[in-house]
Amino acid sequence: MASVVANPHDVHVHEEHHEHHDSFLTKYVFSTDHKMIAKQFLITGILWAFIGGLFSILFRLKLGFPEMDYAWLKPLLGKWVALQENGTGQLDPEFYLALVTMHGTIMVFFVLTAGLSGTFSNFLIPLQIGARDMASGFMNMLSYWFFFASSVIMFASIFLEGGPAAGGWVVYPPLSALPQAIQGSGAGMTYWLVAMALFIASSLLGGINYISTVINLRTKGMTFSRLPLTIWAFFITAIIGLLSFPVLFSAAVLLIFDRSLGTSFYLSDIYINGQALDHTGGSAILYQHLFWFLGHPEVYIVLLPALGITSEVIATNARKPIFGYKAMIGSMLGIAVLSFIVWAHHMFVTGMDPFLGSIFMFLTLIIAVPSAVKAFNYITTLWRGNIRYTPGMLFSIGLVSLFISGGVTGIILGNSAMDIYLHDTYYVVAHFHLVMGSASFFGMMAGIYHWFPKMFGRMMDDKLGYLHFWLTFVGVYLVFFPMHFIGLAGFPRRYYEFSAYAAFRDSIYLNLNSFISVAAVITFGAQLLFGFNFFYSIFRGRRATSNPWNSNTLEWTTPLIPGHGNWEGQIPYVYRWAYDYSKPNAEQDGFSDFIPQNVPYTMTPNSNLPHENEMIAIEKEEMLGEDTTIETLAHLAKTK
Amino acid sequence: MNGLIITLVTVLMLAIFLIVFRLSNLASILKNKGKNAEEIDTATNNTHAYLFLILPILATVFTFWYTAKHLGLWGQPHAVAHGKSFDSLFSVAHIIIILMFLITNAALFFFAFKYRYKKNHKATFFPDNSKLEIIWTIVPAIILTTLVFTGWRLWRDVTKDAPENAIQIEVMGKQFNWIARYPGNDNKFGGFNFRYTDDVNELGLDFTDSKVNDDFQATELHLVKGKPVHLKIRARDVIHSVGLPHFRQKMDAVPGQPTKMWFIPTKTTEEMREELKKNPEYMKPDPSTMKGDPKDMKARWETFDYELVCQEICGRGHFSMRMRIIVHDENDYKKWVASQKPFVENNKEYVVEAIKRQQKMKKGEKNVSMQESSQKIN
Repeated sequence: MASVVANPHDVHVHEEHHEHHDSFLTKYVFSTDHKMIAKQFLITGILWAFIGGLFSILFRLKLGFPEMDYAWLKPLLGKWVALQENGTGQLDPEFYLALVTMHGTIMVFFVLTAGLSGTFSNFLIPLQIGARDMASGFMNMLSYWFFFASSVIMFASIFLEGGPAAGGWVVYPPLSALPQAIQGSGAGMTYWLVAMALFIASSLLGGINYISTVINLRTKGMTFSRLPLTIWAFFITAIIGLLSFPVLFSAAVLLIFDRSLGTSFYLSDIYINGQALDHTGGSAILYQHLFWFLGHPEVYIVLLPALGITSEVIATNARKPIFGYKAMIGSMLGIAVLSFIVWAHHMFVTGMDPFLGSIFMFLTLIIAVPSAVKAFNYITTLWRGNIRYTPGMLFSIGLVSLFISGGVTGIILGNSAMDIYLHDTYYVVAHFHLVMGSASFFGMMAGIYHWFPKMFGRMMDDKLGYLHFWLTFVGVYLVFFPMHFIGLAGFPRRYYEFSAYAAFRDSIYLNLNSFISVAAVITFGAQLLFGFNFFYSIFRGRRATSNPWNSNTLEWTTPLIPGHGNWEGQIPYVYRWAYDYSKPNAEQDGFSDFIPQNVPYTMTPNSNLPHENEMIAIEKEEMLGEDTTIETLAHLAKTK
Repeated sequence: MNGLIITLVTVLMLAIFLIVFRLSNLASILKNKGKNAEEIDTATNNTHAYLFLILPILATVFTFWYTAKHLGLWGQPHAVAHGKSFDSLFSVAHIIIILMFLITNAALFFFAFKYRYKKNHKATFFPDNSKLEIIWTIVPAIILTTLVFTGWRLWRDVTKDAPENAIQIEVMGKQFNWIARYPGNDNKFGGFNFRYTDDVNELGLDFTDSKVNDDFQATELHLVKGKPVHLKIRARDVIHSVGLPHFRQKMDAVPGQPTKMWFIPTKTTEEMREELKKNPEYMKPDPSTMKGDPKDMKARWETFDYELVCQEICGRGHFSMRMRIIVHDENDYKKWVASQKPFVENNKEYVVEAIKRQQKMKKGEKNVSMQESSQKIN
């Protein structure tokens, strides 16, 4: 789009070009370019993912091999490995809990919220809606640096004398409020709370930006009904985050008050370490209500962007329009609304009024319907497609499978009667690791493989990508599927070992746990392939073409490596939805199996559907000049 | 030494990986010379399609075989009145979700296989179909509604108030064990106050309350077969959870907010052991008895016990916070109760002192509250 001849779009001609010469500091560090900020989020997220994954390996070894000698990890873990007289080492039970807690916190917030939503909302919103940048580049930059500060504090907490927070990622008080109860509730918990407060600020700064950008900065013709599903997903996610994160903030602030100022929001009638505390009248359950008011929507904050990315990648690589575009939007909206009124299904056995439990059971099971619709629509999109297995596509199909496999057990757990038996067992661990953890992780991977060429102008290595996918896909199932079985046997979560209970002493259970741990180590190892592939390809990957996947969306109309401002010259207009793949008769209009969004209906008289032909008149009137000819249009749509 | 070997092996593997990666890159550059980079490698594409077909089939077959082989292990045996309806709901719901899981995954992988890329083939333009979408909105909705109502009826039954004749037991969780208190002959619990707690009076009993005098405590939970039991649950430091897998019950123990649950045990511990004797999974030896003398080795049914499992993270000893539960028949239970001595009798000297302390504290409290109220008046 270097030069635009005979341009009928007068309005945009004088748009400024943003061709500054940036210093290293403004280009790579304090950048206000949404693409650079996205990369910052992505790389920070990847580093966190390795840390979070490593933690899970450390505690999985204990679970899989209860007798294992940890002495060889002493150089890494220091005092958290206690040496016995015979020279063998044991992992400290409190540090085990700290590992579990940090694994959850890191994965849910730092990887799958910041690393996923932060990366792709930032990267794709301006590029796919046709905007030069976010509504506020400065706030966007702040959003990353708040996240960075939060990361530094959370990372520092790992090295504290008493260890990091250890009360589970949900940090229920009183355990998290009282340093007497567990070491991690000392300085570690303070760091956790400060880090989370900064994290929430980061999320809100980002979210406000995403929402205002989508509402205000869409290019001409990019109506809401033409937005790619990725943007719909990011938009809805941002709204959910904006409404729910402040509630977590209030929960955290009250917890800080209880810890430091002697208030009693959550504490009451406590005798601990030989001392009766002065706190009375608080409610520990109040915290759980506040926490899960964010906590449940958080599941969808993590999942919806992954589903949005998958919609785009599946449609592109199946060479078919996504099935039921409107139903997809409808179900996302339904999920978003319902996600706010189901939180107490995490609390069926907390002593909450059983009647309330019934209400939340009904509401919870309603949310399964839009989720099912989404799964069916993905499957139908594959039907009679012409599927190309790029690594991104493989991960997308993997996501759909994991989403189903993890989703169906939600029907069991959402049923309060059955939840009684399964609450806080490995069944729950299996459920959410599949439906939320792995599915979102797969969405993130799909996104990275798919948009890597746009991010860095180079391709990631295909073969390593394939290997990465198959090892991860098989690995994830091998790790989490057997957990259903030990969950059915009643194995509780967050247990250091199970030997105290006759009910859990069976060689088969032991074998399953060892099996899971081995599978986890292999799956983690496979991620190193990805790490290598990612960083190697940034510098040495094969050069990409401008539209390597033959995709319809606007980001592929930018230069190979877009500068700050994204498009040289004017921003393309949008005339159609993003899913005109394999449209009948497109060949007669001179297109192959895809027609990009910036191609007017006027140019495609043969492939237009009847109602689209009616659009031509409107196009001529609103978008193009009276004197528009096919030739000028051809200039506009150079991407073909 | 170990560390050195591990490092060497890692370095070696990394080197091999890098060499293979580099070579395969060079090979593919040579191979693709002159070819259009955009062209799709049909052979590779087909490999993925076939893997999507074959791997799930293998996995499903293996999983079903394995599940069936150890069927007795998935789910703890139950010994509770609502256990039958619980387990049948559980089974029906699982059959439904397994079917949903199989059908949808099968469709997904089969389509992924069947509609793999073919040269010069064009996909079908199929953007929507209202009829289909209505069907697959309504069908899951109906299935879910049925499940919800069945579950809701059971939930209502399980959580309704305990019957009048239920045996009352107080269960208190603390880091890291459980203490049970029985109300004694008067069938009434004496009061308690967390401020009265100390190393001896772990429950914080109020000895100025005469109802406390016949209350006795136990570190194991003794129940009666066929008789409803009503547990009054509390915690004194952090949140714990009373998980009773064999009785299909669970309830959190929350400091400052007492909770409750009730159920009817249907099998004594002995009866359960006899029953498990016939289950092949329980004829295997208990791994914990295998380390010592082979003579001491016991089968799993022999070491079976009903157990209270702490099911809410509560600190360092969370994983060991177990209480043994013994279900007796009526006679044995009466004998056991008769053998128990009230706390007050066991700790006579302590109680005398404690009463003084508690009376003093009560006076203090009164004074404080009087001061407060007079301040308010002022």
